[in-house]
This record gives sequence, structure tokens and C-alpha cells, in this order.
Amino acid sequence: METKEMIAAYATRLGDTSLILSHRLAKLYASGPTLEESVALTNISLDHLGQATTFYQYAAKLNANGLNEDDIAYRRNEREYDNFQLVEQPNTDFAFVMLRQYLVDAFNYHYYSALCDSNDETLAAIAAKAIKEVKYHYRHSREWLLRLGKGTEEAYNKLDNALVHLWSYTKEMFTPDAIDEALASLGIAVDLKSVQEQWERDVFEFFSELKLQIPEKIFQAKGCKEGNHTELLGHILCEMQYLPRAYPDAKW
Amino acid sequence: MDNNEEYQKNLLEFERKIEAEEKIEPRDWMPDAYRHHLIRQMSQHAHSEVIGMQPEGNWVNRAPSLRSKKILIAKIQDEGGHGLYLYYAAETLGVSRDQFVQWLHEGKAKYSSIFNYPSLSWADIGAIGWLVDGAAIVNQVSLCRTSYGPYSRAMVRICKEESFHQRQGYEIMCDMMNGTEDQRKMAQDAMNRWWWPSLMMFGPTDNDSPNSQRAMKWKIKRESNDKLRQKFIDKTMDQAEFIGLTVPDPDLKWNEETQHYDFGQIDWEEFYEVIKGRGPCNRQRLETHIQSHQEGEWVRNSAREYSRMMKEAKKELV
Repeated sequence: METKEMIAAYATRLGDTSLILSHRLAKLYASGPTLEESVALTNISLDHLGQATTFYQYAAKLNANGLNEDDIAYRRNEREYDNFQLVEQPNTDFAFVMLRQYLVDAFNYHYYSALCDSNDETLAAIAAKAIKEVKYHYRHSREWLLRLGKGTEEAYNKLDNALVHLWSYTKEMFTPDAIDEALASLGIAVDLKSVQEQWERDVFEFFSELKLQIPEKIFQAKGCKEGNHTELLGHILCEMQYLPRAYPDAKW
Repeated sequence: MDNNEEYQKNLLEFERKIEAEEKIEPRDWMPDAYRHHLIRQMSQHAHSEVIGMQPEGNWVNRAPSLRSKKILIAKIQDEGGHGLYLYYAAETLGVSRDQFVQWLHEGKAKYSSIFNYPSLSWADIGAIGWLVDGAAIVNQVSLCRTSYGPYSRAMVRICKEESFHQRQGYEIMCDMMNGTEDQRKMAQDAMNRWWWPSLMMFGPTDNDSPNSQRAMKWKIKRESNDKLRQKFIDKTMDQAEFIGLTVPDPDLKWNEETQHYDFGQIDWEEFYEVIKGRGPCNRQRLETHIQSHQEGEWVRNSAREYSRMMKEAKKELV
């Protein structure tokens, strides 16, 4: 694979995680615990959607195969999507939503901070814009976790339950594939080992403050970079891609 | 000065301000009936913004392009923001947001009946923006001059965003009318279903609108229902014709003499049925709102408990 192709695949997968998370959050437009929080959740959804769009636009430019950012989002199947399986997880309750967000925000914070120094100017520029948004997201989800983890017993239990479920989808975020390794050696991609160290330091310390026990000996999902998914992604794409698939000649 | 004298003096000063186009502010004296009229109208307006998120939210995960998805999410978010401005403004009248929401859930407060219709295709998102927000703007531009200061200022901000929504909705309709046969059919179908309910948004005819006269006298309302409805029809007709949409009203025609469009009979029976809670989505809209409010309760409780603990901890430090 040529470097250009690898960068396109790298940008596409970053876009995939942003798009699917944005999709999940968008559905919460009126389901926040307060109206203010519903507005905040849609705001964060919009930030992720903006990130997805710019990553896809860059991938489309590098691919130069006549497909645009909408084709990338709307015309690929489950196995062609490379998003983290974590972001596919459902909006079961507010503890799930906020913990999922926190785990991704902590990742994005360290990941995009590092990507700002990429040798690829476009990726660095996208990261420089994204990191401004991610800082807010991270603060927001962390503040909510404090309120859930240190507030009532009911909220703590719900958070603990969400952790048991979501922790299974954290490890694969740090597993590099051949593209990560090849691009990291050129100073283009982020070194995942270093992101993992920083993420674990933050998350373990915070969970210890919240007296949350990290689940041990549980299933760990893998293979998101090879198009592996939970059964949930197929349904997400069915819904998302319905119109462009049903009316392939239409422009919207 | 006895109570009656003081009341008359306050009333004169209030009426002088209204006459002089000075705004009434939260700490100013105002007649009880004026306050109650505003509480009813502003909370109904706030609820409409919030319930109005639902028919659009029905398509948020099916928007057909990244751009249209972005616009729709941003629009729904704007509506939530409008709900907030209006709840804040209405709270200045001495009623809490919790109370407003409780009245909504108990069926004591209403919201615009237009949101009790289902959104069945992507073209409905265009029709809601173009027709529903278009009708709302005609009403809201007039409300920017309303006599109650906080309401008027909220409306100025809201109108700026609503005019974007109206243009975005019209853009969807234009794109669909310029698109495939299927898209044109969808657009016309949405027009057929949303046209009459949009006209009903302005409320009953002036002869059947009991609260209107007093609201006009106090300049809460600045123009009558019928006048606003006519304004909307006149401006929308040209836009419909321009993109080749047919307005589903055989009696609609230009009247040279009045320089306005004449239009057919509105089905007021349907209007009152929906207002009384017997529209296609009344039950669903309210249940969805109640359910998400209830599901948020444990979160709000935990946030309150956390805040209480933090305050305690601060006290101990002092």
C-alpha cells in the first residue's frame, strides 16, 4: 500500500469513529436529564460530525476515485467501517452515554494532542481544530461522572453497571495495525502506546477517586480496524443509509 | 391612599407605558390578568419549541447527507435553545420551569397543535422548516414588538435563527423539486399534508378568538390571527409557485381588489379536535416528553446530591 492510500484509510477510520458516535449522540436531542443537557449533547454530536466530515473530505481527496465524503459515509457496508466498537454501544441510560463519552473523550484528548504534531499537515490541522472541541467534551463528561459516581447510590450503581459493559470495548482502541505502525514510523500517525499510557494514567486515577472497580477477566473485543463490529452497527447503518440506498440516483 | 386608589394609580401608569410603547419589565407593576395571559402564552410557546423537536428528531438519524444531517441537528438544537430562552423569560413572571413542565404533563398547558402531526418522509423536514417555521416567523416577528420586555428580547434572538430554519427548509424543498420523480412526489405529498395545519397555527379566526382582543389592547399581541395568516399565505404562495409545488386549495386565487390571495375554508373541526388532544400524535408526543423527564430523574437527583455534598465540604473548610 502506498503512503497516500494508508493516510486515506487512516483518515477514514478516524472519521468512522466520529460519525458513529455523533449518530448515537444525535438521537439524544430531547432525552437529556435537563433541557440544557440535551442541547449540550447535540452540540457534542455536531462537533463529532464536523470532525467526521473533514476526515472523510481529506480521504476523498487522497483516494481521488471520484467518491466524495457522502459516498464514504453512506455507501459502505458494516465490514468496510473501521470505527471503535465502543461508539456503537447503545444509549441504554445516561450512565452509559456519559461513560462511553468519557472513555472516548479521554482517548481523543491524548490522541488529538499528539496528532497536532503529525508530519501530515492536513491531519495536524484537523487535529488542531478538533482538540479545542475535545477539551470541552472531556471536561463535560468528567464533570458528569463526578456527579454520578459521587452523588446517589442509585447513580453509582448505574455507572458501575455501565462500566462492566463498556470496558469490553476499550482495549482495541490501543491495538495498532500495519497502517498505524507504518505511518507512525513516518511521524504521521500517533504512537498508540504512548496514548495508552496517558489514557490509563488518567482513567485509573479518576476511577479510583470514584471508587469504581475496573472489571477483570472479561471479554475484550478486538478487530475494529479489520471491520469487526458488534451486531449494533448494521442497524445503525440501515437507518443512516436508508435514503441514499433506497434512491441511489437522488441528490439531497 | 386606600387599596383601590393605589390600584387605579398603578393601572394608569401601566397603561401609560403600554400607550407610549415602553416595555413592561419583571419588577414593574402589572395587572394580574396581564401576568396570567403572559404565563399562559409564553409557557405554551416554550413547550411548543421543545415538543417541536420530536417530529424533526424522527429524521435525525436518517438525514441523507452529512450536510443535511448537520443542518438538522443544529436546527433541533436551536429549538431546544429557544425553549430555554422562553422558559427563562417566562420564569420572570414568578413561575418555575418545574411548574411549567408539570402543567404540561398534567395537560393543563398546551403547545402548538402543529406538532401533533407525524413526519412521514424526508420532505416533511423541508415542509416543517419552510411552512411551519415560516408561519411561526410571521407570528414571531410581530411578537418582537410585544409589550413584555423579556418576551420581546427573547423573540428578537429567536427570529434570527428561525429565518435560517425557514430558508433551510425551503432549500430542501427546492432540491427535491429539482430532483428525481420520486423526490418531487415526496415534496408535493409533504406540501399536501402540512399546508392546512400550517394555516391553523395562527389560531381561530378573529371572531372566534376570545383572548385576542385583550391581548391586543395590552400589546402582548400586535396583529390579529387573520391578518398574520393572510401575510403568511401571500408570501408563501409565490415561493410554492416558483418551485412548481401546488397548494392543496382549489379556492386559492389572487384577488386584484384586495391585493391578497383568497383561500378556502379551514377545517376548524380538525383544529379543535387536535387542540383537545385528539390529533394523530398528541398522546405520543406527551408520553415521550414525560418518559424522558422521568428517566432523567435519577441523574438530576445525583447531581443535586453531589452539589449538596460539595457545599457541605466547603463549609467544613471555612
